[in-house]
Amino acid sequence: MSALGDTGDGSLHPQGFVHVRDAHKHFGPQLTLGDRIAAKLGANVETRSVRAVDGVSLDIVRGETLGLVGESGCGKSTLGRMIAGILTPSSGSVAVDGAPVMADGKKIDTRVQMIFQDPFASLDPRMRIGDIIAEGPLAHGLTSKAEQAAYVAGYLERAGLDASLVRRFPHQFSGGQRQRIAIARALAMQPEVLVCDEPVASLDVSIQAQIINLFLALQRDLGLTLIFISHDLSVVRHLSDRVAVMYLGRIVEEGPAELVYTAPAHPYTKGLLASVPRLVLDETELVTLEAIEGEIPSPLSPPAGCNFNPRCPLAETRCVRDDPELRLVRPGHLAACHFAE
Amino acid sequence: MSAPILEVRDLKTHFFTRAGVVKAVDGVSFSVGPGEIVGLVGESGSGKSVTGFSLMGLVDPPGRIVSGSIRLDGEELIGLSWNQFRALRGSRIAMVFQDPMATLNPVLTIGTQMRLAISAHDKTSRRAADARAAEVLTRVGIPEAQSRLGAYPHEFSGGMRQRVAIAIALLHGSQVLIADEPTTALDVSIQAQILTEMRDLAAETGTALVWISHDLATVSTLASRLLVMYAGRIVEQGPVATVLRDPRHPYTAGLLRSLPATAKPGEDLFQIPGSTPSLLDPPPGCPFRPRCQHASEACTTDPPLEVSGERGVRCFHPLRQTVSA
Repeated sequence: MSALGDTGDGSLHPQGFVHVRDAHKHFGPQLTLGDRIAAKLGANVETRSVRAVDGVSLDIVRGETLGLVGESGCGKSTLGRMIAGILTPSSGSVAVDGAPVMADGKKIDTRVQMIFQDPFASLDPRMRIGDIIAEGPLAHGLTSKAEQAAYVAGYLERAGLDASLVRRFPHQFSGGQRQRIAIARALAMQPEVLVCDEPVASLDVSIQAQIINLFLALQRDLGLTLIFISHDLSVVRHLSDRVAVMYLGRIVEEGPAELVYTAPAHPYTKGLLASVPRLVLDETELVTLEAIEGEIPSPLSPPAGCNFNPRCPLAETRCVRDDPELRLVRPGHLAACHFAE
Repeated sequence: MSAPILEVRDLKTHFFTRAGVVKAVDGVSFSVGPGEIVGLVGESGSGKSVTGFSLMGLVDPPGRIVSGSIRLDGEELIGLSWNQFRALRGSRIAMVFQDPMATLNPVLTIGTQMRLAISAHDKTSRRAADARAAEVLTRVGIPEAQSRLGAYPHEFSGGMRQRVAIAIALLHGSQVLIADEPTTALDVSIQAQILTEMRDLAAETGTALVWISHDLATVSTLASRLLVMYAGRIVEQGPVATVLRDPRHPYTAGLLRSLPATAKPGEDLFQIPGSTPSLLDPPPGCPFRPRCQHASEACTTDPPLEVSGERGVRCFHPLRQTVSA
């Protein structure tokens, strides 16, 4: 794991490999001229935009696995897609090794690849898996038509699949095997950074374990920098060196996985951890899940002050007035809460 | 335990497809007492959902309940006509599904849907129906229920929609509620709210709850008894904490060991090799045999469910009791 320390300016890793600087992604309504005029005249036209990601800065060290957790709508997938160069930030920047991932709305860095949640949707059903895996590397000159077969076979085996299967179609595979194909496709681009968006969420428990072990092997053998996005806190803990918790488009807590799980500094993280059901092994124990009250507010109209204040057990007047900054609470551990210490 | 409200004996639901017979549920027996919460756990294809559908009389061709018995408060359900079953469904036995958006009609208000559900079994005035709908919505944790009756499903969040679906299932005070992965699509903080409410509800109303899930942790916080399904059968059953602490069937044990929560961060997880078998003309013997490290010659014949006391296991080589620390 990386050495962490306060550099004084709040940024944790000046030596970071992936840099996200004040990234925003706002999805606004597509207003026609008519809508705009109607809105000016006072008609009820939705002009607000959803701030899916609302000012996120991250530094990820080379070879590290960052877990990105949060509930639906918190912006974790949008952030992941910006890092992977699939979405252009509305403002702010994403850079890998000092070079921007995107320019003029196009991805220019193939060193970042992505794995998606649903391996049924992410593989073209009409392509043979050999072609699915070879498509990118051929387009980018990483292999040639002559070497394609051996190249693809190597990555299929790396992902734990038999290389004799190259001529099959995605529908001939189970969910777990398809996720392996998606992993092989990403690896075939020889990435340095892999963004994994809920890659095990749609898999059965016994298959999930197989894919988690594959990720562990990739971490060990290839030294990849992983951004692992998941709502499953136990999976994230298992794979991550560091964890960032998102709520309503912001990072509310970030730190070493061990610390975030055992000594959470933000009340949202605490609530989230308390609501996860765990295995109950004592029949006399009546488990009470400490649910967080209320629901996630609409990102169209986030609450004033701290985003979490309507649901927070600690909230007081200051929290409605002042938006807490993400600040260092102990070395390497950041939280955005007035009360965090 | 008082007399069971739901008693299932040797239920077999098979699907007669062009490729052959799929034995989705192949000899399942269990019973549930009033107010009891039973967790039915398995991976996809284990037959847990088909079991739920069978209990509701909702198995469509090419599927058919081939044999067995389902008794609701002593009354046999297998063999009932569609209309007879219809009179029970929603009034004495009800079901909640995983995806509330697919359960609720998107073009009708919540109030209309609830009134329809009420009038399906009872004759009441509109005013009385509205009052009952609001009361049940309040009970499942929807604030200002009266004023939400005019809202459409899309105006609710996922968690609120699932609460509405649960409320509809509870409208007639069903004796048995079957819940098929009702919190799987929800966020953990919302799931925690609903789990707590469901447990209180079962205790207050005496409704028996069959909770179908793939998630052992969720079931262990909610249920008192656990049924583990594999390839169309119950392979292990017993009090939930006991089974999880001391699993006897190699499949249950493997499933537990493969959970990240039971391992040290960063360590390789235990892997059950292979994948779930096809239920299309499965080979004879224990269906877990090809994935089992304890398999022997004996396993080529079908193991019976050995029941002793509250526990049962369908295995020739059950794991011996571990000395609890």
